[in-house]
Amino acid sequence: MSTATQIPFVEYLKLEPTPHLVANECTSCGARFFDRRNACAGCFNTEFTSVDIPTEGIVRSFSIITFAAPGVDVPFVAAVIDCGGTSVRANIINCPPDPEHVSLGMSVRLATTVVGTDSAGVEAVNYGFEPA
Amino acid sequence: MSRSDDIWILGIHMTKFGKHPNLDVVDLGAEAIHGALADAGVTMADMGIIAAGNLLGSGSIAQQLQKQVGQTGIPAYNVSNACATGATALRTVIMAVKAGEVDMGLAVGVEKLAGAGLLGAGGKAKADNDEWARNGRFGAVGPVDGRIGTESMPGVFAQIGMEYGHKYGGADFELFAKISEKNHSHSTLNPLAAYNKAMSLEQIMNDVMIAYPNTRPMCSANCDGAAAAVVINGEKLKTLSLEQQRRAVKVSASILTSDPWQEACQVLPDVNTLTRNAAHQAYEQAGVGPQDLNLVELHDCFATAELVHYDNLMLCEEGGAVDFFESGAPYRDGKMPVNVSGGLQSKGHPISATGIANIWEVCQHVRGEAGDRQIEGAKVGLAHVIGLASACGIHILERSAA
Repeated sequence: MSTATQIPFVEYLKLEPTPHLVANECTSCGARFFDRRNACAGCFNTEFTSVDIPTEGIVRSFSIITFAAPGVDVPFVAAVIDCGGTSVRANIINCPPDPEHVSLGMSVRLATTVVGTDSAGVEAVNYGFEPA
Repeated sequence: MSRSDDIWILGIHMTKFGKHPNLDVVDLGAEAIHGALADAGVTMADMGIIAAGNLLGSGSIAQQLQKQVGQTGIPAYNVSNACATGATALRTVIMAVKAGEVDMGLAVGVEKLAGAGLLGAGGKAKADNDEWARNGRFGAVGPVDGRIGTESMPGVFAQIGMEYGHKYGGADFELFAKISEKNHSHSTLNPLAAYNKAMSLEQIMNDVMIAYPNTRPMCSANCDGAAAAVVINGEKLKTLSLEQQRRAVKVSASILTSDPWQEACQVLPDVNTLTRNAAHQAYEQAGVGPQDLNLVELHDCFATAELVHYDNLMLCEEGGAVDFFESGAPYRDGKMPVNVSGGLQSKGHPISATGIANIWEVCQHVRGEAGDRQIEGAKVGLAHVIGLASACGIHILERSAA
C-alpha cells in the first residue's frame, strides 16, 4: 500500500526529514519571520537566510476558542509557543481543550495532523503543538 | 508655547450608544456633528477642515456627512485606522489646527455595528473537489484562522491578557471577570451606554464563553453610535465668549503611535509597546504624570485588555497591574478611576466613534458636567484607544483655567 502524497499546509512547515518549522532570518539583525518578506520590519535589510525552529517549546499564552467564524471547528486552543526564543502561533492539539489540561508555561512539542485531501488525492498536513 | 499653539476642544458630543435601527450612519454622524457644533456655539461656516471615520463604510463618510450638514468646500479627510479611527480623525484635525492652516476644525466618527457578531475572524474554505493551491504571505493551502491559532478579536485579546499572566502571574479567569464586573457596575450611571445593568461576578463567569477567559459580557458590545468634536486654537478661542472659553477643554497631549517591531509582534499583536510609547510621549507633552490624572478612559475592548493597559499607561508599577486592580484603585471611588463610563464592555464599541467618545467622557468630567457619575473635582484625564494592528491614540485633557 502506497502512502498518499503529502504537502505542508503552509510553506514554513517542512515535513522532511522530520516535521519542523523554518523561519526567514534577517542576515543583519537576526529578526525571524514566517511569512514571505519584502524587507526586515526591524532594520529594513532585504537579505534573509532560512533557519530551522526548535520543535519543542513552552506555552507563553493561550485562549480556548468556543465561538468562531463559520467553518472553524470549535472548541480549539489558540496559543503562542516560545520555541527557544522564537515565538510561534499554533493550535494546541492532542489535548482536551479546557483550562484543566492547558496551562501557561506548559511544555509542548510540534505534532502534525492531516487537514484534508484534495481531488488529486493529495493530503495537506498542518502543524500544532501537543503536550510534551 | 505661544497662545496659537494651544489646542482646545470647543465642543464635543456623543450620541446614545445602542441600537438605532431607524438611523443610518449619516443620520448618526450628523446628530453627533450638530451636537458638537451646538456645544461649541459655532456652525459649519466656522470649520476649516473635517476629518471623518466610518471603518465599515464606503470610504467617503466625510463628504456624505457634508452633503447633509453643510458643503462649504473645506478639505475633507476620510480616515481609517481600525478601532483607533476616531482618535485618528481627531488627531488629523489637531495637526491641521496646530500647523496653523486653519483655526477650527471638526472630527467625527460613526459606526453601525448592532448585531455585527464576531469581528476579525474568517477566511474562505476550500471547495471539496478543488486541488490545493497556495495563497497569501504564508503560502497556505486553506484558511489559517482556527487552524493556526485565531484571528478572532476575543481570542487575540484573551491571549494578550494571558500573556501578561504568564509574565507576571496572578491573572486568572476570576480576576478578568472582576474587571468586567467593575465596568458593568460603572455603566449603571451612564444613560448613554448601550448596556447599563450591573452584573454579578457569578453572572459574568457563567455567561456564554466566547474565548477563554473572555465570556460574552467581558467582550466589547457591538452597537451603533457616533461622536464628534470641534477643535480650536488658543488664539481664536480668546476671541470667543467667556462662557465658551470657560467650557473649552485643553488638549494637553495628542499622540498617535504605531507598533515598533518586537520579537513576536507579527505572531500575536503587541498592544503594549506602542501604548507605553504613546503614554511616555503624552505625559511629557502634557507635563503631567500618571499620578496627576483624576480619571482614565482606556481601551477595554475585552476584560483581558484592560489589565495590561493599567501597566502600559503606567498607572501602576511595571508588572503590578493585578495588585493595582485588587487595591480597588480603578473603581470609581478609588484613587485612579478607570472607565467610569462603563467602558467598551457596557457602554459599547461602535468602532470609529470610540476614539472620540472616550474623550467626550473625560471632557464631561473636567467640565464638571458628568451628572450622577461625576468624578468630583476632576481637572485632568486621559483617553486611550487601540486599533489592531496596531495604532494607539492617547489624549490628555485638562479643565480650562478661565
